[in-house]
Amino acid sequence: MTIKRILIANRGEIAVRIMETCRRLGIKSILGASEADVDSVPARLADQVICLGGARADQSYLNIEAVVGAAVETGADAIHPGYGFLAENPALARACGEAGIIFVGPTAGQLESLGDKLRARELAEAAGLAVLPGGAIDEPGAGSELAKKLGYPILIKAVGGGGGRGMRLVRAPSDLDEAVALAMAEAEAAFGDPRVYLERFVDKGRHVEVQILGDARKVIHLGERDCSVQRRYQKLVEEAPAPGLEEGLRKAIHEAAVGLGTALNYQGLGTVEFLVEADRKAFYFLEVNARIQVEHPVTEMISGLDLVEEQIAIAGGQPLRLNQDEVRLSGHALECRITAEDVSQDFRPCPGLIERAVFPAGPGIRVDSHIEAGIEVPPQYDSLIAKIIVHEADRPAALKAMQAALANCRIEGVETNLGMQAALMADAGFAGGGVATSYFTRFLGEMGHG
Amino acid sequence: MNLTKEDVQEIVRLLDASPFDELRLETDRFKLTLARSTGQHGGWTQETQTKPARGAASGPDIKSQRGSSEKEKAAAAGTEGDGGSAAVRTPLPGTFYASAKPGAPPFVELGSMVGEDTVIGVIETMKLMNSVTAGLAGEVVEICVANAEPVKPGQVLMRLRPEEA
Repeated sequence: MTIKRILIANRGEIAVRIMETCRRLGIKSILGASEADVDSVPARLADQVICLGGARADQSYLNIEAVVGAAVETGADAIHPGYGFLAENPALARACGEAGIIFVGPTAGQLESLGDKLRARELAEAAGLAVLPGGAIDEPGAGSELAKKLGYPILIKAVGGGGGRGMRLVRAPSDLDEAVALAMAEAEAAFGDPRVYLERFVDKGRHVEVQILGDARKVIHLGERDCSVQRRYQKLVEEAPAPGLEEGLRKAIHEAAVGLGTALNYQGLGTVEFLVEADRKAFYFLEVNARIQVEHPVTEMISGLDLVEEQIAIAGGQPLRLNQDEVRLSGHALECRITAEDVSQDFRPCPGLIERAVFPAGPGIRVDSHIEAGIEVPPQYDSLIAKIIVHEADRPAALKAMQAALANCRIEGVETNLGMQAALMADAGFAGGGVATSYFTRFLGEMGHG
Repeated sequence: MNLTKEDVQEIVRLLDASPFDELRLETDRFKLTLARSTGQHGGWTQETQTKPARGAASGPDIKSQRGSSEKEKAAAAGTEGDGGSAAVRTPLPGTFYASAKPGAPPFVELGSMVGEDTVIGVIETMKLMNSVTAGLAGEVVEICVANAEPVKPGQVLMRLRPEEA
């Protein structure tokens, strides 16, 4: 069916992003906003706004009844869940089905399988992908046997999680129980599911992920992204393609991702994440993110595609519009996430009133943001306030373009990580390309914020 | 009509080839300023102000969900100048949690003895859990916030009776 009205059950920059595509396609956008966001920029841009409930996420953005109710009340054909919140919640997908509303995303069954990160590991193994040694634990105190077997350092991950949230690194056995308790609390707060699992920690790995797109029959890939610059498992910088990967390895990673997607009859946009040990030509499945991702712009820049448009087309029942050999990837794209955090105070989140927001503009530059002067950054949600993206013919040119773009960025009223991003872009280590996930901690230490 | 990002890029391209250094465009829907950067890197900057929809003090077509949020009731405030008690305040805005995870016993209770580094609660801000420590040795004499209550920076979480030195 042709989708004509979409309820966007999300906020911030992704709500603005989805609305842009809706506008271009002539689709009416209805924003489902919490009380804290009814005067936000996305609310001002939407064709219609409906209040979902209180500022706290569980009263609004995480409230399935409120979201589906809002869609029914406003006559929406479909719900776009964005990323985070209910984007990968099978109960929302099911509730949509029951209400006769299209869920823009995979099937409830796929969300269930892939949302359970342990189940996802099993599916990946069944599809022939390598996974890191690991296993489930039921409660703090129960993990020490498994942890001893896997060897320290150990990574604690949320079973119902993803996106780096609810993850903790444990170096010593004595820290395990408290770390598990805190990880479980974060997981409960973020996903409503406190279950965690342990995985062996690989020190010198790169985070390389593949963008896949499927129509429930066929799956194609749209290249990979390298997201190795992370702080506490939160991505800071992403790029496409992954620099310096040997072609055979790159191709193998693509094929593994497509193979898994095909085995699942995957529907919609998804990302298969891998840990890559480039010098060993080895890669391990980490998880599938069954949603659009924060860093999707770098793939859009190198492919020339509108991934939100592709999502909507597939949700409306259309088959894939491209064959694999029609996918053309060119140039190099870089994205820096700008967050409202005080880097000098251990990245303390800095919600508050934006007094001024000046962004770069011009060919090859893209800014995805929801903030402007006069906008309040609320404390109830994550700290991402803007994404600065550049696209040039090659990586050195992209790096130079990003340095210039960041220099033309000025945000006043809240502390941001802008200075840190600028320093990163000027760092010789990053310029060399292909850094591992251990890079950023070292960089921070050298900056004096370690 | 709305300006798309592609439109803005095109305008910047045209401006760049022109003798102009700044463009300010204001409609009843938005205000856009494009300016040639004076920094060493060159390039252009953009600044936008998206205006609320016309004639909507409360926003366009906003409907409230029935039975939505109930405002958290403020906890009873401790009396100021409470002879000899010290306040533990939150440095961050967010949501206060009294225990490490739902169903777990609270970090402290009335009468608990705490040290400087004793964790007395967790503030969840932007999905991150931040431990709050007592800051001094003493006894918890008043707990001023409820579990899962939103708190503002500087808000008093608890009052302690400091230990005699």
